[in-house]
Amino acid sequence: MTRFVQLVGRDLRLALRQGSDATAAVMFFVLCVVLFPFGVGPEPNILARIAAGVIWVAALLASLLSLERLFQNDFEDGTLELMALGGLPLELVVLAKTVAHWLVTGLPLLVAAPVLAVLLNMSHDGFGVLLATLLVGTPSLSLIGGIGSALTLGARRGGVLISLLILPLYIPVLIFGAGAIDATLNGLSPRPHLLILAALLAAALPLAPLASAAALRLALE
Amino acid sequence: MISPAFSGTNLTCLRGERLVFVGLEFSLETGGALLLAGPNGSGKSSLLRLMTLLLKPFCGDLFWRGETVTNDPDGHRARLRYIGHLDGIKPVLTAQESLSFWAALDGMPDPRHRAESALERVGLERLALVPGRYLSAGQKRRLNLARLLLAPAPLWLLDEPTNGLDVAATALLEDELAAHRAAGGMVVASTHTKLALDEVVTLRLDDFTPEYAQEEA
Repeated sequence: MTRFVQLVGRDLRLALRQGSDATAAVMFFVLCVVLFPFGVGPEPNILARIAAGVIWVAALLASLLSLERLFQNDFEDGTLELMALGGLPLELVVLAKTVAHWLVTGLPLLVAAPVLAVLLNMSHDGFGVLLATLLVGTPSLSLIGGIGSALTLGARRGGVLISLLILPLYIPVLIFGAGAIDATLNGLSPRPHLLILAALLAAALPLAPLASAAALRLALE
Repeated sequence: MISPAFSGTNLTCLRGERLVFVGLEFSLETGGALLLAGPNGSGKSSLLRLMTLLLKPFCGDLFWRGETVTNDPDGHRARLRYIGHLDGIKPVLTAQESLSFWAALDGMPDPRHRAESALERVGLERLALVPGRYLSAGQKRRLNLARLLLAPAPLWLLDEPTNGLDVAATALLEDELAAHRAAGGMVVASTHTKLALDEVVTLRLDDFTPEYAQEEA
């Protein structure tokens, strides 16, 4: 357990000292959402109608943007090789790196999301659910995206390939994430949507590290 | 008959669609050293990676005291220290942070203290707080060699350990290798430069290159 915490701590330290990766995701998220009023026009009712979907799509793309680098640096400089030989099982290494990645890129999205919701004129009733869906949904995105990141290691133009591999798997999270907010705004209970989001996370938590670790072993050969 | 401490039989390595070596045999006794020789591309690094289990052999087996290592891959990984071509040094982490992290990841108690004493032994104590990006190639190599000294491990696998090292550091490495072997440790190293080792067995990898590949060359 201490090894796991050590690994998370190291990744956080690396991310904080390098800085750029962490801020890039949240900046992209904000800019992406800010573009919509310019594109669809400043009509408050239209913006309020599309707010949930826009925020979720932007969060999904922001998560995808930063995932490409999840294993890339460690793979290129040989760190991953040593981690594979170290005492911690590779599945837990993957999980630790994903946790660190989510703390650095996923958590800031939660901070930015309410501000963007105000910008898009979303009704106040939806704010709590918006945060809840992001809190449960974005870890799933990081976990599933890790598989794509591991599979495309060593491939040139890996970023494009990740999008093709991973975006279809992101769709359920997107549907139920945006669906929960829409349900609340229309006076229905968001509970079923949130439960399905939680179920997706519960499935991704043990399965995604297994798949990612298998892909990493192949990449290391 | 007593089986050797670490040995391999009939090892064949296939990279892509090319056979690198075929039917390779080696054996290493307690306290022994195996030097891998051969031209570029003859499979020195591949053999070392086979020994770490990062790479799976196309056929053949590795044995540790008579047991197939694939029966207990975690146990095998725990007893080896591998230094490859890549240094795994992060530009933003200091020498001391990198080293304590590796100690902690292997579950060693008191990683910080271990890192400090290992840095001292490779002569990097004055650079302990310098970030990786300011280290020279030789200093990075020394930092990697310091990983060997964090805790005793019976098997050292070194891929060109002398690359980038100056004369003093090479002498230091030779001393550490001798001490390691005197304590019953084993070393497998590949090198192009001269590395003074007593009673070393040299394995020429080009002896195991398949014939058609020799014709191509």
